[in-house]
Amino acid sequence: MPGKKNSEPKSPDAPLLRIRDLHKSFGDLEVLSGIDVDVRRGEKLCIIGPSGSGKTTLLRCVNYLEKPTSGHIWIDGTLIGEKQVGDRFVHLSDHELAKERQEIGFVFQRFNLFPHLTALQNVTIAPRKVLGKPVDEAEAEGKAMLEKVGLGHKFNEYPERLSGGQQQRVAIARVLAMQPKLMLFDEATSALDPELVGEVLRVMRELATEGRTMVVVTHEIQFAAEVADRVIFMDEGKIVEDGPPAAILTNAQHARTRAFLSQITER
Amino acid sequence: MGFWEIMFEQFPYFMPLLLRGAIMTVTVAVGALALALLLGLVVALLKMSPLRMLHGLASAYIEILRGTPALAQLFVIYFGLPDIGIHPEPVTAAIIGLGINGSAYLAEIYRAGIEAIHKGQIEAALSLGMTPTRAMQYIILPQALRMMLPPITNFSIILLKDTALVSVVAAPEIMFFARNLVTETFLSMHVYLLAALIYLCMTIPMARVVAVLERNRQAWQ
Amino acid sequence: MFDLVDIYRENLAAWLPEMVQACFGTLKLAFLSFLLAVAVGLLVALLRTSANALVRAIAICYIEVARGMPALVILYIVYFVPPQIAPGVKWLALSSFTAAIIGLAIHGGAILAEIFRSGIEALHHGQKEAALSLGMTPAKAMAYIILPQAMRIVLPPVANYSIGLLKDTAVCALIAAPELMLRAKDLASSSFQPMAVFLLAAALYFVMSYPLALLARHIESRLSYSR
Repeated sequence: MPGKKNSEPKSPDAPLLRIRDLHKSFGDLEVLSGIDVDVRRGEKLCIIGPSGSGKTTLLRCVNYLEKPTSGHIWIDGTLIGEKQVGDRFVHLSDHELAKERQEIGFVFQRFNLFPHLTALQNVTIAPRKVLGKPVDEAEAEGKAMLEKVGLGHKFNEYPERLSGGQQQRVAIARVLAMQPKLMLFDEATSALDPELVGEVLRVMRELATEGRTMVVVTHEIQFAAEVADRVIFMDEGKIVEDGPPAAILTNAQHARTRAFLSQITER
Repeated sequence: MGFWEIMFEQFPYFMPLLLRGAIMTVTVAVGALALALLLGLVVALLKMSPLRMLHGLASAYIEILRGTPALAQLFVIYFGLPDIGIHPEPVTAAIIGLGINGSAYLAEIYRAGIEAIHKGQIEAALSLGMTPTRAMQYIILPQALRMMLPPITNFSIILLKDTALVSVVAAPEIMFFARNLVTETFLSMHVYLLAALIYLCMTIPMARVVAVLERNRQAWQ
Repeated sequence: MFDLVDIYRENLAAWLPEMVQACFGTLKLAFLSFLLAVAVGLLVALLRTSANALVRAIAICYIEVARGMPALVILYIVYFVPPQIAPGVKWLALSSFTAAIIGLAIHGGAILAEIFRSGIEALHHGQKEAALSLGMTPAKAMAYIILPQAMRIVLPPVANYSIGLLKDTAVCALIAAPELMLRAKDLASSSFQPMAVFLLAAALYFVMSYPLALLARHIESRLSYSR
């Protein structure tokens, strides 16, 4: 790969995801105002906060769907999204980012399944065309992933024939097929009808028990309470509170956190 | 002599003639558009008729006019009418020809515009106690008109360009003068480039208008 | 008007074979122009979405200019101008057939470029993001995810364009390209029955374009998902 990469020694305790002083502005509007986070291997981090707090933008910066205005991100000790040219840092192009994105799984709020492909084809297209796996191998693994999310019998269906919950589960299977180091969930259940939310959360809970590193932006406080090792409350582009779910969700220190939580649970 | 020198020299001679043609171009386009708008409305209404015969006639009308070249239609009108005793002026024949041709396209635009209005709109209007006529008047037509504005404006641009065809029936629009100038001076490049420029001056602003109308329509939907 | 029947009874046997022959010229012209226009349109659409601002500007200029004037003007320029400014250069004096193909393709390429571009842009940007998130390069995303879907979206407008193209070949008669309308004009002046001849020509155009129109409508209704 062109350019030098700033590597840190990879000890088993080193954080899988490290974010330092991340800023992101859209024009005049600063959406992220200096974010510092470390996520350990196997940790489940839930990010909560009001709309506009920047939590989705933060997630999208991690796989460089948004390019940060300043700040750096390391995954597994390797600087991602940028290369060092002399003493300046330059953003990588989408072409160069492709390799890094193979290791990061992103689950979208609106699923973004490929409508011209069946469920199985959705799951196998990246392993085949990006990782170069042979068709039989990819399909066998793909079917296994679909089984895992409870949709093995729907492998030949097109997305338009699947419910929202089913589509999102296929999207999760699609991500799992790439065996990512890190999984990012961007309000994975927000676009679903209430009765379909449960089936997706069930899948996410199961993934959480498998030692995966997950960063989940969510409104589902109950889910965060059960699954998260750590909860972060964001507001206006900054991290306001950061701690174990028991502490934050029941006994928040900051008034803003408490206000937000009471508003959410009032529903 | 170089390109620019010739252009400089001939410009005062070419431009007034081409501009006269441009006025005729606009005249024919406006006349044909007016005819197409009115006739197209009649045809659209006929097509919506429950009477099978009228619906069939209107459909056939639209299919045939859209399925044959405008040039052929112009020829039929210009040469055919004298056979039944009507000797139209070239300009009149041009307006009638392009107008009839356009009415078929406009009829389809009208139909699409009305169908695009969500059925729920009609249901809401009716459940508020409006008669179908009032519903059409206050709810459907205003929305339909806004929907139809971009395609109608788009069509007008196409119509403007189609006026170039009427030069063959000797209507004195841009291409008519252009061809004569070329026959006279052999300066085909200069003349046709100037003609092209005049068309662009008319169509590009119109295309901008369409883009703005489209954006408004999207936002408003 | 009623002598139309008589006129046809007298002349149809003589006219029809000639005009049907000319139809083949029309179809050939339309087909070749279509291929060239699609190639030009694809190329310009890709240039239009280039990262390089200058390339984009050139593409936009071409699209605006070629779309903004009548096809007739382009045909005249392609046919008449090269021999006049470079009289010595043999290969620049294009035959009317070649000039017609090139002229229609220049005009059509601009129209198709816009159709292709809006087809690509109509796709929800989430599709591109999902593809990139899975580790696909932009090129792979375009090849496996964007273009296959865009193809389906552009099929109806491209089908409509092809019908318009077929009719536009008639205009090429004005630069004496060998197709139906030219034959009709000759026949009309030699037979002194212009109306009958042109009506027959119109009917033949209809016979050629109606199947295309039916096909286009069939394609539109077959596309199951609308995105």
